[in-house]
Amino acid sequence: MSFLEVEHIRKSFGKTEVLKDISFSLEKGEVLSIIGSSGSGKTTLLRCLVFLHMADEGVIRINDDVIFDAKDPSTTKESELREKRLNFGMVFQSFNLFPQYTALENVTLAVKLHAKEREDYEKYKANIDEVIDAEGKDLLCRMGLEDRMDNYPSQLSGGQQQRVAIARALAMKPRILFFDEPTSALDPELTFEVLRVLRQLADQHMTMAIVTHEIDFARNVSDKVIFMDQGVIAEYGTPEEVIDNPQNERTKAFLANVAR
Amino acid sequence: MDLIMQQFPVVIHSLNIGFLQTLKLFVVTLLGAIPLGLLIAFGSMSHFKPLSYFFKLLVWIIRGTPLMIQLLIIFYFPGLVLHHNIWGGSEAGRFAAASLSFILNYACYFSEIYRGGIQGVPEGQREAGMVLGMTKMQIFTHITLLQMVKRIVPPMSNEIITLVKDTSLARIIALQEIIWAGQAFMKGSQGISGAIWPLFFTAFYYLIANGLLTIAFSHLEAKLEYIK
Repeated sequence: MSFLEVEHIRKSFGKTEVLKDISFSLEKGEVLSIIGSSGSGKTTLLRCLVFLHMADEGVIRINDDVIFDAKDPSTTKESELREKRLNFGMVFQSFNLFPQYTALENVTLAVKLHAKEREDYEKYKANIDEVIDAEGKDLLCRMGLEDRMDNYPSQLSGGQQQRVAIARALAMKPRILFFDEPTSALDPELTFEVLRVLRQLADQHMTMAIVTHEIDFARNVSDKVIFMDQGVIAEYGTPEEVIDNPQNERTKAFLANVAR
Repeated sequence: MDLIMQQFPVVIHSLNIGFLQTLKLFVVTLLGAIPLGLLIAFGSMSHFKPLSYFFKLLVWIIRGTPLMIQLLIIFYFPGLVLHHNIWGGSEAGRFAAASLSFILNYACYFSEIYRGGIQGVPEGQREAGMVLGMTKMQIFTHITLLQMVKRIVPPMSNEIITLVKDTSLARIIALQEIIWAGQAFMKGSQGISGAIWPLFFTAFYYLIANGLLTIAFSHLEAKLEYIK
């Protein structure tokens, strides 16, 4: 039994089959990198895992609990999925910070809204909000943003925005954190500061799956690597296996073409 | 010129009373149309087809016909069918009929502006809210709404400035707004008749009201500038 088990995920958009029978598993504290060329289905896979898309077929389990089964309608209702999404955090390529809130408010907004659903919220309101703010500040400090907490996203660089987005995802205390090409919208200089944060999280044994084009990063940080090609997992193994000694012809061709 | 100076106090008093009615209609229309427009916008964006078709039909009819005709229909049509004037014969009744017409008309225009504003908010904003476990309602009120407001301020200010002037259409059902008050001095009122200048003079009232609105909207725009 693995921490996260993904079995036989299929997804089509109209007649185009984007994911064709995807299965993999992830252990607690592991880092998985998903590489592959554009259009291979990497992003769609992540989006199915956080239910931004609904997989047409397949099962997702966490700790042996079935949280999604395409065949079981009781697991695919929107009201159910909302709670289940909280198992996962998601960091987007384009950050998607809320422009009307400061960095700190971006981090604490959802946590505060969620706290309102607690029965004792009215009683301990001030206290709860104070704790949430303190945790938010702490997270932003860990991201190296202690002097940026009150800035609006438009006043931050791309790298800073992405670090706020990471803090925002962590604030919900997800069990697994997904990253969808977190550095693709950034300059090389800013890429570095985001990758450094990812490396820190890996050192703290945060369970993560990262769709990335940073092959060196994938090699150095991940425990496992998936190479996706045309909607299937073409190769799956340790970085040494997949990146350094690829067996599949498509993997070899892809790695030869990526700038190192 | 002497004559005008003589007539001035009487006329201004009368125009002020008329303008108060104009402002009342303006405020009531905004109070009704701003929320109703949002409901119509949600209705026309609904995934439930009959609902969205119904609201799209409504918007088509209201935007496709002159407001003046809508005023006449709303004021006279119930009486033709029921053989009894539901609005009563008083100024209050005419005001109610005018308010209903204006609210409905402006709500339809606002709904299209809202729809554009909501659909202009990037999909990633909604998705970010979803993966943070927020409900659809929370996503709308805490994320989409203010970004929508920022987007719609320029087109809304356009519509609202038009509304100030459109209130004069209510004159067609004899609502005693400022144009009605000005025109009264042509036919004869309070010892003054054949004077057209009071009617021309009403333009200043509109100009000043819209000047103030323009300033208020540019302040609001500046205030929302930080949202990018």
